[in-house]
Amino acid sequence: MLKIKNLHASIEGNEILKGIDLEVNKGEVHAIMGPNGSGKSSLASVLAGRELFEVTEGEVIYEGEDLLEMAPEERAKEGLFLGFQYPVEIPGVSMMNFLKTAINEQRKHKGQEAMKSSDFLKMMREKKDLVEIDSNLTNRSVNEGFSGGEKKRNEIFQMAMLNPKLSILDETDSGLDIDALKIVANGVNKLKSPDNATIVITHYQRLLNYIVPDKVHVLYGGKIVKSGDKQLALELEEKGYDWLKKQAMD
Amino acid sequence: MSIDAKIDLKDRFSEFFYRNLETLKEGLPEHINKKREEAIQNFQKKGIPHTKMEEYKYTDLNPAFEKEYRTYIKPKKIDFDLNDIFRCDVPELDTHVVLLLNGWYYQKKTPQRELPNGVIITSFREAANKYPEIVKKHYNQYADTEGESLTALNTAFAQDGAFIYVPKGQTMEKPVQIINLLMDEEDGMSQHRNLFVMEEGSQASVIVCDHTLSQKNFLTNSVTEVFVGQNAHMDFVRIQNEHNGSTQVSNFYLNQERDSNVSANTITLHGGLIRNNYNLRLNGENCENQTLGLYLTDRGQHIDSYVLMDHAHPHCRSNQLFKGVLDDYATGAFNGRILVRQDAQKTEAYQANNNILLTDDAKMNSKPQLVIYADDVKCSHGGTSGQLNDNAMFYLRSRGIPIKESQLLLMYAFAHEIIGKIKIKPLQDRIHELVEKRLRGELSRCNYCQMHCGEPGKN
Repeated sequence: MLKIKNLHASIEGNEILKGIDLEVNKGEVHAIMGPNGSGKSSLASVLAGRELFEVTEGEVIYEGEDLLEMAPEERAKEGLFLGFQYPVEIPGVSMMNFLKTAINEQRKHKGQEAMKSSDFLKMMREKKDLVEIDSNLTNRSVNEGFSGGEKKRNEIFQMAMLNPKLSILDETDSGLDIDALKIVANGVNKLKSPDNATIVITHYQRLLNYIVPDKVHVLYGGKIVKSGDKQLALELEEKGYDWLKKQAMD
Repeated sequence: MSIDAKIDLKDRFSEFFYRNLETLKEGLPEHINKKREEAIQNFQKKGIPHTKMEEYKYTDLNPAFEKEYRTYIKPKKIDFDLNDIFRCDVPELDTHVVLLLNGWYYQKKTPQRELPNGVIITSFREAANKYPEIVKKHYNQYADTEGESLTALNTAFAQDGAFIYVPKGQTMEKPVQIINLLMDEEDGMSQHRNLFVMEEGSQASVIVCDHTLSQKNFLTNSVTEVFVGQNAHMDFVRIQNEHNGSTQVSNFYLNQERDSNVSANTITLHGGLIRNNYNLRLNGENCENQTLGLYLTDRGQHIDSYVLMDHAHPHCRSNQLFKGVLDDYATGAFNGRILVRQDAQKTEAYQANNNILLTDDAKMNSKPQLVIYADDVKCSHGGTSGQLNDNAMFYLRSRGIPIKESQLLLMYAFAHEIIGKIKIKPLQDRIHELVEKRLRGELSRCNYCQMHCGEPGKN
């Protein structure tokens, strides 16, 4: 589904990603871990198409296509989803209007007709239950006045509505208490299918108690310095990142 | 050379005034006519405002006033049926319609009326004759004919306009909708004069729509005086939608008595050159005033909003919010001043002007000001001019929404803050639609009434 080869990217002349290789297949859950400033969020932004970043080398093939050639909205319409670390508040744009526009753009892309209002509302109800998000949030402007946890839950709600092939969840667990974390993880697990894949970016191991990854990668200094199975996450929890930093330096 | 031109222009208006003074006076009572000569003398002192004057620094009115116009010192006979070309179709908006054609009350379509509860909706002309005691008490009491030369010019030439009177304690159930139509086969100038009097404890909504019906150059220099009595409540909505060949100077003078509440909302969809002057005096304790504006301009359009919020008494609250989206090489100015007089303790006054510039060529000059002489007040002011928020744009695009649509959503959201405060619900819905169309660029060639323009088969 996704093949990243030797990806280098920089922002304002500073190289942040220094040669990343990663392959994600259908049905898999990958966790990317690493200390602050290792390039985790930058990788997510580059994959979603944030223009602040300049890709200087390497390639990213998504579903057989050159992902880097596509505009952010095209990537989304092809089924790529980024769950933001800091979801943006957009006063005046209603959740309803926002989601309807997004879904109908996706349908247009697939050659389908715009969704009927009744179907849309029905779908909203179903997905709302799935991620346990309150109606008083979905009736408001996008993220406006939402608490940190509500914003994260809203990301998962959008993910449920858009039904992406590849989801990249950027520190979705940060700032969540344990109950909220469970709800978010539960949403992700319910949305998992043999046809889609998820990349979970996280700082802490605790999310991985609820979302069980097939593979764990450690990003440090803009490179993946170690990959393994879920045991690696436990090891990191126990030993911290220092031993890997040392290894990487040697 | 430019100085000479200004003198010429001043003299041209004065000369025209004296030559036609008898015609101007015709059919109007002495209490109106006796103000004319003093007014023209006041006008003569300053002439047409120019950019060397601080308050008109960014708006040069001289080119517009230098053109030759037909001045309507008598109503021009228009031999067509307005029904054929004009129809207001805001769904569910039931209003008392008043048509002003080139500044003259158009009786054929909209009769003068006195409602059972004593509400009067008629022409300025008829009111001056029929209800002299009301008119005398309020006419030219709030307008500033000494400081504002164009208000003086209007007072010298005032012959007709709209008049609304709401007696003590009465509520006008339906809004009054005043539709200013400009239509002629030659360039024309209108200087109508409106007077709205709301007695103690009364309530009313007034909608004013401006538009041009023919492709000629039009110049409007209007004055509206509004008296809102103690504990009275008024909602005022104005929709400006004129074509690029129009120039409009609109002078709005409001006097609020204690415990009164006024909201004024101006939506500028289109216009050539627009200068909106708001002079708002909170003339009693515990007044509440909300003055809002939204302007959407493109190409060579220019809009200038000037606000003076005069807090003359304690415990009043005011809020000014002006927002604009400027595209292409459009230009704009905002000059807002909050004046808190010495006695006006416990004033709460806020002012903001926010703009989105869609291109590098669009330009906005914003000057919010506070002048405070009292010491126990809460005031704030501020202005922003910038592009659409990058983070929000990326967020929308990352959900599959294309650039153009994302921009539109954000601009619409930006505008919503103003539109959402329009209290007449069907009008609010209609304006939402109009603004969306305007932002999509589907309204720009519109030459007709904003209430049905842009709809297929109607233009």
